Amino acid sequence: MRAYFTTLIRIFYKDLVLELKSKDIINSMLFYALIIIVIFSFVITSGSKVYNELSVGIIWIAIVFSGVLGLNRAVLIETVNDSIVALMLAPVDISAIFFGKVLSITIFILLMEIIIIPVFTVFYNINIFAEGIFPIYFLLFGTYGFALLGSLFSFMTIKTRAKELLLPLLLLPLIIPILLAGIKGISLYMGAETSDDYIKWFKLLVAFDIIFTLVIYMLIDKIFEE
Amino acid sequence: MKKNNIFDIITILFVVTAIYLVFFYVPEEKTMGIIQKIFYFHVSSAWVSFFAFLLTFIFSILYLKKNKSTYDGIAFSSAEVGLVFCTIVLVTGPLWAKPVWGAYWTWDPRLTTTLVLWFIYASYLLLRKFIDDDQKKATYSAILGIIGFIDVPLVYFSIKWFRTIHPNVFRSGGGLEKSMLYTLLFSLFAFTLLFINLLVKRIKLERLYVEIKKIKFNRGLD
Repeated sequence: MRAYFTTLIRIFYKDLVLELKSKDIINSMLFYALIIIVIFSFVITSGSKVYNELSVGIIWIAIVFSGVLGLNRAVLIETVNDSIVALMLAPVDISAIFFGKVLSITIFILLMEIIIIPVFTVFYNINIFAEGIFPIYFLLFGTYGFALLGSLFSFMTIKTRAKELLLPLLLLPLIIPILLAGIKGISLYMGAETSDDYIKWFKLLVAFDIIFTLVIYMLIDKIFEE
Repeated sequence: MKKNNIFDIITILFVVTAIYLVFFYVPEEKTMGIIQKIFYFHVSSAWVSFFAFLLTFIFSILYLKKNKSTYDGIAFSSAEVGLVFCTIVLVTGPLWAKPVWGAYWTWDPRLTTTLVLWFIYASYLLLRKFIDDDQKKATYSAILGIIGFIDVPLVYFSIKWFRTIHPNVFRSGGGLEKSMLYTLLFSLFAFTLLFINLLVKRIKLERLYVEIKKIKFNRGLD
């Protein structure tokens, strides 16, 4: 068990060091997310009745779209010099390597969120933490779920002919529950008057994460079995 | 060889009878009129496509367990045929909805989930198209077949909760008239037969394809 987590942390550490040197992934994700936030400001007007819901939706769309960009980069670096083959040959649990990758992608996306959410607050005049810090949990679990399925599919699509083209096509339909839970949960929480409805969404999100963590844990060996 | 012909004839008979029942036997619905008759094929196609995706799920698991290419062939064929029926659902639905609800499409949970289902299995076929290596193709698509199927209930519930502000337009009250129920059951059965028939043909085609590939490979043509 300890060896498992050591492997996981090592992979994460490796990605972190690489990223701190180049800053490729975080910069491109950040820039893309900001552009999305600006572009979407043309679509909604502040007088709208569902302004909160729409704006929270824009955060999630920015996270998901720039996340797809980041995922492709993060997995692509493993294919340089076939370093992924070396990783697979290492005498450690393959799922630990995979979840290490999921961890680093989750952290990268979370770092990006730390920057874009204040910017969003300025541009859209909405503070998602106005009623409390619970939205953090939505962001945490949502980002983890997204990174989980995202890493799985980018490891798959990276070996196809289409490469990064295919990832959003596979991933976006599957993460609809995360998007809806994130949007509705946070905006219900901000609405405050409707009691504990947001908890239901949070449970859905947690269920999503648990189910797919288990399923992927069982399946992951098959992907790298070559 | 003969057995297949008999099965074909039986399937054709059942489908033709189903068409007959829908057009001549069953009475028109009181409020919706003749357009309601699309219901029999709409529901049947929906059932068949869900059944097909369930088969894909089951055979994807079997493939990953046993690693036999036959299972992959079945999972793939079922997804492909299922997608055709899913498309039929998505085409007949709006045709029915326009005169009855006044709009081709509403973002009702059932409609949206079916659409998402269509996207998931379309991407399943797309994924296969982009992988050349057979082993990889089978493994990856099996994983997508499993994850996609598990995802569907989550998608359904999230969309259902998301849309609670809107009234549920589609709620069948009272139940069906007897002759309508019989016609529905009969078309369900006929469509299931049609599906099995198409599936068997598709699996055979896939097997031939694999065989030809093998022969070509052995002779150094590929």
